Amino acid sequence: MDDVFKALADPGRRDLLDALFERNGQTLGELCARLDMTRQGVSKHLAILEAANLVVTTRRGREKLHYLNPVPINDIAERWINKYDEPRLQALADLKRALETTREREGR
Amino acid sequence: METPQFVYTTYIATTPEKLWEALTNPGFTEQYWSESRVQSDWTVGSPVRHMRGETLMIAGEVLVCDPPSHLAYTWSVRHIPGYANEPPSRVDFEIEPLGADVRLTVTHRDLAPATLTLISGGWPLVLSSLKSLLETGRALHVMRLSGQIVTR
Repeated sequence: MDDVFKALADPGRRDLLDALFERNGQTLGELCARLDMTRQGVSKHLAILEAANLVVTTRRGREKLHYLNPVPINDIAERWINKYDEPRLQALADLKRALETTREREGR
Repeated sequence: METPQFVYTTYIATTPEKLWEALTNPGFTEQYWSESRVQSDWTVGSPVRHMRGETLMIAGEVLVCDPPSHLAYTWSVRHIPGYANEPPSRVDFEIEPLGADVRLTVTHRDLAPATLTLISGGWPLVLSSLKSLLETGRALHVMRLSGQIVTR
């Protein structure tokens, strides 16, 4: 998880993720063309994003395609946000069950 | 085969065999995958059905079944009117052992526009929930509770 926070703590890398969100599966060349960064810069940032599993690559012939992998971000959301919602979700589930039980009883 | 539209990976502290079981056993899938039972006899050409209760959510056909490393099937959304007319997409699950962990890569390709919009946000949650279930014995509460709230 440290890798993910570190990878996200840079505006250039967040721009790269945004670029992949807009269009997934881009080559290094395509990413360089749309960002104000040197090829080495983009390449270095992509390596950090890949190490954090935020970017995954596949090969198409000689080209390497880069894909946004939001799974680690989802793991963070789960760790830091969603679990605080659990009581509320449980309350909603309980409310639904209570209302449906009432309706069934009234129906009889 | 077209270039994938989505490639998702997660690293899970488990074995390839357990992960395979988690993807192919309906009793397992319903714990982490929006309460869907994924049913098939897992031979190439056989049907695959994601059932939530009595509702057919996803229908497909087994394309590759090479346990415990590669599973692929076609994927058509069936529970929402309109989507079933789109041509089926394809999902590949690739499992590779890496030290004490296993890397699961999910690629989804050939997605027609409506299905693309519908499914794109779902995979990260499914994979986080699968990871949580295999590593801690608990699926994510969001996945457990979403089914209760949304269905029926």
